[in-house]
Amino acid sequence: MMLSVTDLAVSRGGVPVLEGVSFALAPGRALVLRGPNGSGKTTLLRTIAGLQPPYAGTVEGAGERIAYAAHSDGLKAMLSVTENLRFWAQVFGTTDISAALRDFDLERLEDLLAGNLSAGQKRRLGLARMMVTGRPVWVLDEPTVSLDTASVALFAQAVRRHLQGGGSALMATHIDLGIPEAEVFDVTPFKASPRAALQDEAFL
Amino acid sequence: MIALLTRDLRLAVRAGGGFGLGLAFFLIVTVLVPFGVGPETGLLSRIAPGVLWIGALLACLLSLDRIFALDWEDGSLDLLATAPLPMEGIVSIKALAHWLTTGLPLVLAAPVLGVLLSLPLEGYLWVLVSLAAGTPALSVIGTFGAALTVGLKRGGLLLSLLVLPLYVPTLIFGAEVARRGAEGLAVQTPLLMLAGISAGVIALLPFASAAVLRINLR
Repeated sequence: MMLSVTDLAVSRGGVPVLEGVSFALAPGRALVLRGPNGSGKTTLLRTIAGLQPPYAGTVEGAGERIAYAAHSDGLKAMLSVTENLRFWAQVFGTTDISAALRDFDLERLEDLLAGNLSAGQKRRLGLARMMVTGRPVWVLDEPTVSLDTASVALFAQAVRRHLQGGGSALMATHIDLGIPEAEVFDVTPFKASPRAALQDEAFL
Repeated sequence: MIALLTRDLRLAVRAGGGFGLGLAFFLIVTVLVPFGVGPETGLLSRIAPGVLWIGALLACLLSLDRIFALDWEDGSLDLLATAPLPMEGIVSIKALAHWLTTGLPLVLAAPVLGVLLSLPLEGYLWVLVSLAAGTPALSVIGTFGAALTVGLKRGGLLLSLLVLPLYVPTLIFGAEVARRGAEGLAVQTPLLMLAGISAGVIALLPFASAAVLRINLR
């Protein structure tokens, strides 16, 4: 099943930031969103993940198929690496966390509290969470922030394995990940014309 | 759901989890009241049920903003919202975890602290019963307030102002059960009202909390 976005407009604080966005993401493919800061990549990803309703247009094939990773990793500082990961595995109804620990080189850290990890190690743990969700569409917002080159390579490998397994990935990033399957989608041409909010949507 | 509950309970008892916060506050209030009003036993035993209820309510209020704020700050609330758990289930579990870590210890501590206020002997059972029936309502209403104010900087003040009026009926009937029990009167009517409030908010408020949480996460 494809993730398809048709004529989507997204708004931030009631003001549209992107409009007329259309693309489709087939299984086994990756799409990299590009665009300057503030161009609406995060808003677009949050809309596709279902955290906010579209301003206009439709998103199909998302919902329960999406695993979303935001800027913050959602880690609990007072839980260990395995406890954090096992919690998310249980929430998503899976049990095996060993593959995720191995692929992101976290095995040596498994008993440390997440609060004692470095920024890059936390990020790796946050990304390892995507593997334990068991969901086919990964939606990643700036996944490589605070990762070193070796960790970016680990991440790229994990994404490629996910794609080979029939999954797909939608990423907003500024750097070249070294994933040949990835197409680039520039959001700059879809910038919404500036206008005030048409409606007060607070309680819709 | 069970995973979320065990995670929240585990976090509460680890360092910085705030497990003892409400309990310590409750202890401080009930210890200080006899110093404030004087050692006259008759007066103390008359106000004991009310003081215990007010102390429990304020102790509950103190820990409310932690219900969602911590998960919101580290981003796990966004991730939970995209997880396969229904939002209504998430807020119910959050309220249950709050009750288990704050309400239940207060219920169990109240009879012990009643000694400090020279609570009449007949009162112990009814203080325990009224708090057991009323504190779930405090947790569920508080979860609704926390969902309304999640993401607001320094939302604690607004949270208290929003939640306090909603706590008043619970306080009135809860303290009335405890007072009548202590004086040896019939407690059936206020106890039924109290239990009714608890059952009503447990059944209805999670839907409202889930709706405002969805709006706040946008």
